[in-house]
Amino acid sequence: MEVDIQKVDAILERHGTEKRSLIPALLEIQDEYHYLPPEALERVAEHIRVPMIQVYEVASFYKAFSLEPRGKHIVTVCLGTACHVRGSDRLIDQVGRILGIEPGQTTEDYQFTLEGVNCLGTCALGPVMVIDGKYYGNMTATKVERILKKYMAAEEVAENG
Amino acid sequence: MVKERTPAALALEKRRGEILAGRDPSRPCITVCAGTGCTAGGGLDLCTALKQAVSDQGAQDKVDVKITGCRGFCEQGPLVTVLPDKIFYTRVQPRDAAEIVQKTILEGQVVERLLYKDPVSGERCVHEDDVPFYREQMRVLLHDSGSIDPTSIDDYLAVGGYQALQKALFDMQPEEIIAEVKNAGLRGRGGAGFPTATKWELCRRAPGDPKYVICNADEGDPGAFQDRSLIEANPHSVLEGMIIGAYAIGASHGFIYIRHEYPLAVERIRLAIQAAREYGLLGENILGSGFSFDVDVQLGAGAFVCGEETALIASIEGRAGEPTARPPYPAQKGLFGQPTNINNVKTWATVTHIINNGADWYSQIGTENSKGTTIFSLVGKIKNTGLIEVPMGITLRTLIEEIGGGSATGKKLKAVQTGGPSGGCIPESLWHLPVDYDSLKEAGSIMGSGGMIVMDETTCMVDMARYFLEFSRFESCGKCTACREGVTRMYEILDYITRGYGQEGDIELLEEIGKSIKESALCGLGQTAPNPVLTTIRYFRDEYEAHIMDSRCPAGVCKELITYYIIPEKCNGCGLCLRMCSSNAISGEKKQPHEIDTELCIRCGICRDVCNFDAVMVE
Repeated sequence: MEVDIQKVDAILERHGTEKRSLIPALLEIQDEYHYLPPEALERVAEHIRVPMIQVYEVASFYKAFSLEPRGKHIVTVCLGTACHVRGSDRLIDQVGRILGIEPGQTTEDYQFTLEGVNCLGTCALGPVMVIDGKYYGNMTATKVERILKKYMAAEEVAENG
Repeated sequence: MVKERTPAALALEKRRGEILAGRDPSRPCITVCAGTGCTAGGGLDLCTALKQAVSDQGAQDKVDVKITGCRGFCEQGPLVTVLPDKIFYTRVQPRDAAEIVQKTILEGQVVERLLYKDPVSGERCVHEDDVPFYREQMRVLLHDSGSIDPTSIDDYLAVGGYQALQKALFDMQPEEIIAEVKNAGLRGRGGAGFPTATKWELCRRAPGDPKYVICNADEGDPGAFQDRSLIEANPHSVLEGMIIGAYAIGASHGFIYIRHEYPLAVERIRLAIQAAREYGLLGENILGSGFSFDVDVQLGAGAFVCGEETALIASIEGRAGEPTARPPYPAQKGLFGQPTNINNVKTWATVTHIINNGADWYSQIGTENSKGTTIFSLVGKIKNTGLIEVPMGITLRTLIEEIGGGSATGKKLKAVQTGGPSGGCIPESLWHLPVDYDSLKEAGSIMGSGGMIVMDETTCMVDMARYFLEFSRFESCGKCTACREGVTRMYEILDYITRGYGQEGDIELLEEIGKSIKESALCGLGQTAPNPVLTTIRYFRDEYEAHIMDSRCPAGVCKELITYYIIPEKCNGCGLCLRMCSSNAISGEKKQPHEIDTELCIRCGICRDVCNFDAVMVE
């Protein structure tokens, strides 16, 4: 996958060169590309002047970071306790079946990534699913299917013109 | 000692006077809750629709429309409260906007159908305070959450904001502030309940300059969102407490460490910091007092262990969030090797109220050893889920049955989980216990940061224990063996039990490993990780035994131990389950009772979820 490294440089310019800029800079790069491309990690190491291994340590420690390319749409299912007691296990299984992937995986066409997250703090709406930052609360089997099909149909239309 | 007010302080008071003079408290204002819950339900569109309706009906000079922070009753959102009478509307949609403006504002009537209906009495509640969910609460920290716009510092000043800071800077010595917090009896709201003033004193006395203060907003407990809501609703109250604390401790810089999963809270606290700087409340020479202090926001990157003090410090320094052994405590050697004081969001916000109202006022609330109020996110299988603030000492039963409204589905409630992955499950038979640090600890749980998850008879306690251990295993940083290996072994045993491979002796083995981990793990995460298992064994041993001896899951949750079937008498053959079944395990003619093929069934439970006639059963 081609990476436009200029965007990384622009992000790094906004951050200082002290070590505590490492995590905020990586978060912004992750927001931009949905993952951390290896080229970007090298640039970060140069900018903050820390060994690559240290950047890699941080990038692999925190769950917000992905070292693998991810899909255009990020589907997140909350697995927090409140959602768990209201059936989030069944929800994430169902989403996985509809998309044809397991949690943590990305569809072959790089359209969807499915992730579980520990808690989104919207426990009162559980079980909760979030697609690209939009919250869908009180999910039921029928609702999930309708919502996901809408996103999938939109992608098909975009692809076939 | 009272110092003379500086020109900058007088200017702030003048500004406050101007704000108040420009406001008419009797003027109606339609407030829309803009917490994450209501926003997810379309609250911001609703606000736009209300503004449009006001201008369409030419009511601009009669009413204001504004957003507020989380009002707590997330279950019923989006929420609208019409001030000054506090007329309370629930589940409001943009299409209701015109009617609210027309009826309530122009004609002075309530819109009956939008009022909350008390599920017990069946009566509709007109005012917010009539709603049972609010009636038993005591809102101190959340008092202004529903009336001020969290993006406006002027709104905060209008309710007396930054008066506590002035009192601290001009009328009190740092030692007096610490004494006040000590007399108030404030204990850390992060979960462990360490006395706040003691922590401050240690840091103040520690040699070293600069010193730092940190606000721990890395609320990682699954099932808890009170810190997020407080920052979203009233960010200045947290900030003000931090500045007062920094002055008392002698710190020159602060950090707010907040989860990146909370974008709205991050945005609101950043706005608040910027506004406070513009008003001279942060930065060099605050209000001309000679005291300088500034704050930065540092985002967490999704590691639960970073809620632990030393791991949090490592994370701010740009390292992997691994805890270190204490001592040295952060108060002696913390961030960048300097004396550092870390408190939870609610602790900082409480400081503002203690300085404003005095230690005597605060220490009257609560119990002997647990003072004040505390905020819980009350969630799970109850009717009224949401954010609540109660005085310490309230019983679990009042909290769950009166405020929470009891069971949502009519099924019997059996336990409440407090303290997240570090806490435990308290059975219904102990709900007469008061909510305070010591009672909960005695019951095997902890107060925790404030998550409270209610479970009913369809929740399997072994599955619950497995769930928390899976969480802790995944979140273990891997540094110490006790946690890394011990928690993994406990998880494996639980996983076997829930899949029907449990053996005699497993329960005793779990207890033994659990006790060893508690004694030997390096940090709080590991030391408390066995709690969910140990408490469920203590109170629900029969459920463990049913899984192990009889290969049976009494709650009907553990997939390998259950079977789904359809009761022919209840099934009218609508075909919904047949269409939804992804493994083609359901068959039947239209309008005839259907059947589940247990060989093909993957036990996903969707047929049971979608059935409108309760015809699908599990055992």
